[in-house]
Amino acid sequence: MSEAVREQKDFTNAPLCLSGKGVTKVFGFGDKRTVAVDHVDFEFHEGEFVSIVGESGSGKTTLSKMLLGLSNATEGEIYFQGKLRDISNGHKKKEYWKGIQAIFQDPFSSFNTFQKIDTVLLDCINMRGGKNLSKEEKTKLMTEACNFVNLKFAELTNKYPFELSGGQMQRLMIARIFLLKPKILLADEPTSMVDACSRATILDMLLNLRDETGMTVIFITHDIGLAYYISDSVYIMEHGKFVEYGKADEVILHPQAAYTKRLISDVPKIHEEWDLSTVDLKADA
Amino acid sequence: MKNTIRQVFHSPKFVGGFVIFVAILLTMIIYPLFNPGNPLQQIGVGTFAKPGTYVSLYDATRAQTETFRLPEADENRLAASLTDEDRVAMVEYFTAVGVDITDLDTSDTDTLLQMWEDNYDPSVRPKGMTGARVNYFKRLNNSLQDLKGGDTVIIAEEGEDGALLESKSISTTDYVRTGAVANVKTLPLGTDNFGRDVLKELVSATGTSIGIGLLAGVVATLIGLTFGLLAGYLGGFVDDFIMFITNIFTVIPGFVLLILISYSIGQEQRGAAVVATVIGLTGWTWTARSVRSQVISLRNRDHVNLSKLSGHSLLRIILTDILPYIASYVVMAFILQVSSGILAEAQLSLLGLGPRTTEVPTLGLMMNWAMLYSAHTNGSWWAYFPVILVITLISFSLNLMNTGLDQVFNPTLRD
Repeated sequence: MSEAVREQKDFTNAPLCLSGKGVTKVFGFGDKRTVAVDHVDFEFHEGEFVSIVGESGSGKTTLSKMLLGLSNATEGEIYFQGKLRDISNGHKKKEYWKGIQAIFQDPFSSFNTFQKIDTVLLDCINMRGGKNLSKEEKTKLMTEACNFVNLKFAELTNKYPFELSGGQMQRLMIARIFLLKPKILLADEPTSMVDACSRATILDMLLNLRDETGMTVIFITHDIGLAYYISDSVYIMEHGKFVEYGKADEVILHPQAAYTKRLISDVPKIHEEWDLSTVDLKADA
Repeated sequence: MKNTIRQVFHSPKFVGGFVIFVAILLTMIIYPLFNPGNPLQQIGVGTFAKPGTYVSLYDATRAQTETFRLPEADENRLAASLTDEDRVAMVEYFTAVGVDITDLDTSDTDTLLQMWEDNYDPSVRPKGMTGARVNYFKRLNNSLQDLKGGDTVIIAEEGEDGALLESKSISTTDYVRTGAVANVKTLPLGTDNFGRDVLKELVSATGTSIGIGLLAGVVATLIGLTFGLLAGYLGGFVDDFIMFITNIFTVIPGFVLLILISYSIGQEQRGAAVVATVIGLTGWTWTARSVRSQVISLRNRDHVNLSKLSGHSLLRIILTDILPYIASYVVMAFILQVSSGILAEAQLSLLGLGPRTTEVPTLGLMMNWAMLYSAHTNGSWWAYFPVILVITLISFSLNLMNTGLDQVFNPTLRD
């Protein structure tokens, strides 16, 4: 077994950012009753890069919807920064969403195609309380955010999202997070719809973002190899349950659960080092 | 947006429907400029004047005469004066006196008259013919002789001593220009049962009916859209409640409801706007249902979630993240609502439950009047056929536009 390719910090003593106890989501009644997420416990620490790994239908996305507060848990409690999360009304939800943001899987459907890119970025500035900033300051902020993701703001103004490539859109999504600076970023398979080259760029940007702002990144993926490469700790999800979790090194290099072993064996060349030297991280999508 | 509009105007079906509809609208706007006045004014005395140009007889005798020798004038006069009834009667006479009529064409005036001249004998009384019939044939023969003979009609006046004086003679070669006659009235579609100009009434009625259709469409679409958006987006109890109401309205046949509401409002209170609103209030259900199902499929899309995460209000999400995505669908539903609103008005009016009859004509009211005064049984086609044609054209153009839009927005329907 090779050693981890990246230095992995220990976050067990860092303050809790998001945690849950017995979180459950049930769809339907009677014969059609489906338990999508089954009494899961989790603890995500501040500044940690966490991966939730599982195959399609294992309940990853349902869990992410609950974490984001877009759907309510049938059972269980979610704690945000140590306090029980309260999103009972619109105002409280709005406050909560200042602390947690998301990047979705499909960049093509993530943007409202009827709104210009400026609107998307301006919304973020307004949400961070920059409503009264001058136009120049807003433009400066947007340019800074675009520079962070290797996009040129001058080329994006007055363009619609569908005029960009998938990779560019996903990077714009990261620029949005850069402006919002939430405590937690939930990335739901952000790289599964873009090509390999853009994938490396995007992952690199997510890591940079974490290092720069100290936000917690919850990275949802089906690719355990990717999770190993990028994360500090890993949660393995099977049929709505976490079958194994812990530090990425421990879980992936010494898997205990049969499901984890299977996932690892399904990934080609997991034991070889990822050669990043051949990938130009600054390459355009 | 610009691209979509360009695409829409490249669809031959949409353009076809659009051109017809715009032509109708333009006629509606331009025609009253040339023929102003109240469309419900009774210009005719008596009912159902045929389409045509009417010259004042009084003014015609005073107009400057000009002399022409038109070779077909006699034939035309005879052909026009000999009614179908007379022609059939002539055939009856030929049969009674035993003339061979196997090759006779009654529409051939020349041959018919020649045969009449050859065979008619006033002194002969065919076997089995009544005296009255014999006298009828004598009168027919006299009038034919009058029409054929002489080229001058003398119009006499009564003199001071009571005797008739020759005052003026009219030659068969005398003509007046219709332009020189003081009062000429052209009625392209004749008059209706009340002696009103059908064309003028029709143009005005088309305007009113399209107005009723638009108002009904706006009311139905607004209600349906609001209910559909709220039910689809909010879900849960609101959805259940709105769908409960929608289902009640769906189960009760819309037209029966329309009849009952119109009847209970009463003739006096039923203006065009009231009728349009009632039509709109009964026709929103399927818009609500289909908008709801579209919204349900949209509300869990990523861009809506992103908008939520950006802290946008409910109203803003519905207006900017949901509505633009179903706008094309709503426009199509609106067009269909307008079309069905116009038809619903025609149906209601035909039953006598349309707008009150004293203010404005509508297409339905015109059909109602034509039906009440038996235009269809006495052959006055101009009183109802143009109305049907206009309703059909409006419906056709709107549905054509709708099909065109459908093909633009649903590429699977393109052929």
